[in-house]
Amino acid sequence: MENSLDPAPPLLEVCGISKSFGAVRALQEVDFTLRAGEIHALLGENGAGKSTLIKVITGVFPRDGGIVRLGGEEVAPRSAKAALQAGIATVYQEVNLLPNLSVAQNLFLDRQPMRFGIVREAEMRRRAKALLAGFGLDIDVAAPLGSYSVAVQHVTAIARAVDLSARVLILDEPTASLDRHEVDILFGIMRQLAGRGIGIVFVSHFLDQVYEISDRITVLRNGRLVGERETASLPRLELIRMMLGRELAETTSERASAGEHKAREVCASFENYGKAGYVAPFNLELRHGEVVGLAGLLGSGRTETARLVFGAERADRGQAKVEGASVRLQTPRDGVRLGFGYCPEERKTDGIVADLTVRENIVLALQAKRGLYLPLSRREQDEIARRYIKMLDIRPADPERPVGLLSGGNQQKVLLARWLATSPRLLVLDEPTRGIDVGAHAEIIRLIRELCDDGLALLVISSELDEIVTYSDRVVVLRDRAHVDELTGEAIDVSNILAAIAADGATVAHEGRA
Amino acid sequence: MTALLPRRGLAQILALIVILAVDRAVSPQFFDLRLQDGRLFGSLIDVLNRGTPVALLSLGMVLVIATRGIDLSVGAVMAISGAIAASLADSHGLPIVLAAALGAGLLCGLWNGFLVSVLGMQPIVATLILMVAGRGIAQLITEGRIVTFSSPDLVWLGNGAVLGVPVPVAIALGMLILTGAVVRGSALGLLIEATGGNARASELAGVGTRAMIMAVYVWCSICAALAGVIAAADIMGADANNAGLWLELDAILAVVIGGTSLFGGRFSLVLAVLGALIIQTMNTGILLSGYPPEFNLLVKAVVVLAVLLLQSPKLSGFGSIVARLRRTKA
Repeated sequence: MENSLDPAPPLLEVCGISKSFGAVRALQEVDFTLRAGEIHALLGENGAGKSTLIKVITGVFPRDGGIVRLGGEEVAPRSAKAALQAGIATVYQEVNLLPNLSVAQNLFLDRQPMRFGIVREAEMRRRAKALLAGFGLDIDVAAPLGSYSVAVQHVTAIARAVDLSARVLILDEPTASLDRHEVDILFGIMRQLAGRGIGIVFVSHFLDQVYEISDRITVLRNGRLVGERETASLPRLELIRMMLGRELAETTSERASAGEHKAREVCASFENYGKAGYVAPFNLELRHGEVVGLAGLLGSGRTETARLVFGAERADRGQAKVEGASVRLQTPRDGVRLGFGYCPEERKTDGIVADLTVRENIVLALQAKRGLYLPLSRREQDEIARRYIKMLDIRPADPERPVGLLSGGNQQKVLLARWLATSPRLLVLDEPTRGIDVGAHAEIIRLIRELCDDGLALLVISSELDEIVTYSDRVVVLRDRAHVDELTGEAIDVSNILAAIAADGATVAHEGRA
Repeated sequence: MTALLPRRGLAQILALIVILAVDRAVSPQFFDLRLQDGRLFGSLIDVLNRGTPVALLSLGMVLVIATRGIDLSVGAVMAISGAIAASLADSHGLPIVLAAALGAGLLCGLWNGFLVSVLGMQPIVATLILMVAGRGIAQLITEGRIVTFSSPDLVWLGNGAVLGVPVPVAIALGMLILTGAVVRGSALGLLIEATGGNARASELAGVGTRAMIMAVYVWCSICAALAGVIAAADIMGADANNAGLWLELDAILAVVIGGTSLFGGRFSLVLAVLGALIIQTMNTGILLSGYPPEFNLLVKAVVVLAVLLLQSPKLSGFGSIVARLRRTKA
């Protein structure tokens, strides 16, 4: 199977891997090669089979067919642990270490230095410190891992994997929750590891980062291999075409002209609204047919504002009005009754009910709004589910599939469907495009515009300023848990937002990938 | 009814059939039925009759477990309601006796629900309080004695028959239908499953998760109180020390055998009751076989293990591997 054109023999060679879940063919005859010392991006839309491929390689899922060779020798790990022992380590987006244990304990979990059956804490801490120093990290290794930022947790997970003599390192969406500075640190570490001959598989939705760091790119679509290219010789448009199998629809749409929104009716307004220690009191007007973007750094009070507006958090001052009338807004139930909807940032923990079907997840909010005694009949539920599966192009288009088995982008669409089914007047979307591939990304942005044109009021949080600029009629900028600026019309552009965030001498550590 | 009996009930039905077959083997008259004084008699009827208390408990327990909770106090609630019923039986009419006993169950349920949903206590700890205290309350009511009664109305509840069917069995069946109608006829079933599946997400979707949790604990205690009245009526007396003792464990077992996960979410009322019947069929079979009842616990453990193995995803994965090997060989 050696390709004579390859200058170096592959470190990891995957041939003809297939995997089915029931009737769904998640992977069909997929090939993948990774050379020693290269950073290889694995790309594809949600549901393309990236995660499945990783899990088959690392033995989390048994494979139906195909061969995996590591350094020329066939391997067939039966668990992630066996894969690790064979030299294939994986660090997932959600770091799966133990936040309550110390950094050192996490690094040496399962292999603590022992003497007479007692863990040598000091020795362990010393070695942990030395290990992390190699990654340019100087932290207190005795502190619990959970007390550190996600970036530090990622580096710890990588350090642990590399120290376990990994030859292949798989990073699944490692940058999704890192800010730009942290991404730079991570990339530095990746380059250093590649320089030591480790092969790195990099899964990401951020194409900028892929072009910045990767040597080669493999693209999957619908469980099949589309192609493998050198990054340097692959134009971006060509890459997107490979991923989508079609030309990307233009995501930019012209904004409403500056004067137009003045005429729109106010849907909900918040006067001097706030909660001590949560968000400073703010004034906010949300109008029908208007998208308001919330911009700011992580921790600036964006999510907190969204939760107050929806009623997930109880304000301790101020007045909320809907269509001009004062309302009670203290619980999510109040919000739902008022015709608000909220897609939270943490889809898995706060959004979907993984065990329930797509249909049940879609009708949940509508049913809650109607109350116990007006149950939706099965026929009504089926009809609603079918309508939104079609409208939002949810895949697979099976209303009876547990929603936990869907990809992130499709779960996000199910959540949107849940709220659209309640015919809301206001939708609050917290990072609606986070962790979603390019295709679904563009679709969701298009949906936001469409909903807005239908007269819905939207409040959207995003870390991607390009995105906010694309769809917002107004942008509220937050800093240090307070609303500090509001941009409208022509004033909305990335540099103005950055300037507002950075005003007062705050450092411009622009979060995200704009 | 398809909503009540999902496709996944196969393992439980198979288990019940196997156990019935074994019972038939050790006791050839097992399936014999005869009608006497307007009431059916026979081992099968015994199974249904004896299984009634656990079946009633499992009806409430399955809803509690579906919300990711557990109720350890049901045995104690049985003791309380039995003590109340026995104490009032000879001095008051049946409606008052029932109202008092079930009312006590309602209060117990409100207490558990308050601790779990309002104060946010862990269900296992919250219901442990009533599990311990409840038996004390029952003893206070009976003043430490075994209270007997002779009220024919209450005795009828334990030993009478409706159209040949023993009254307890008819009550359990009625409660199954009532619970099914309430849970699946309203949106309660979906909202309970959502609450158990992901309480945070459900609350953000506007589901009144606190009300759901309160409701299931109340219903669980009412079912337990009814079971307590029937148990007392059956023996024409109330023994606060032993009524319903350890039955909470049988009820939890029945729910688990019925395939409802202790992690909440999906539940099946019918399969939970089927689980209770499986347990009782085993108990009766062992009694009939003449083995000492000590074997009961051991056999029960083995059967539980078997049912759980049948449901285990790992094992079904193993099954599909075996099937594939066979196919490739063929």
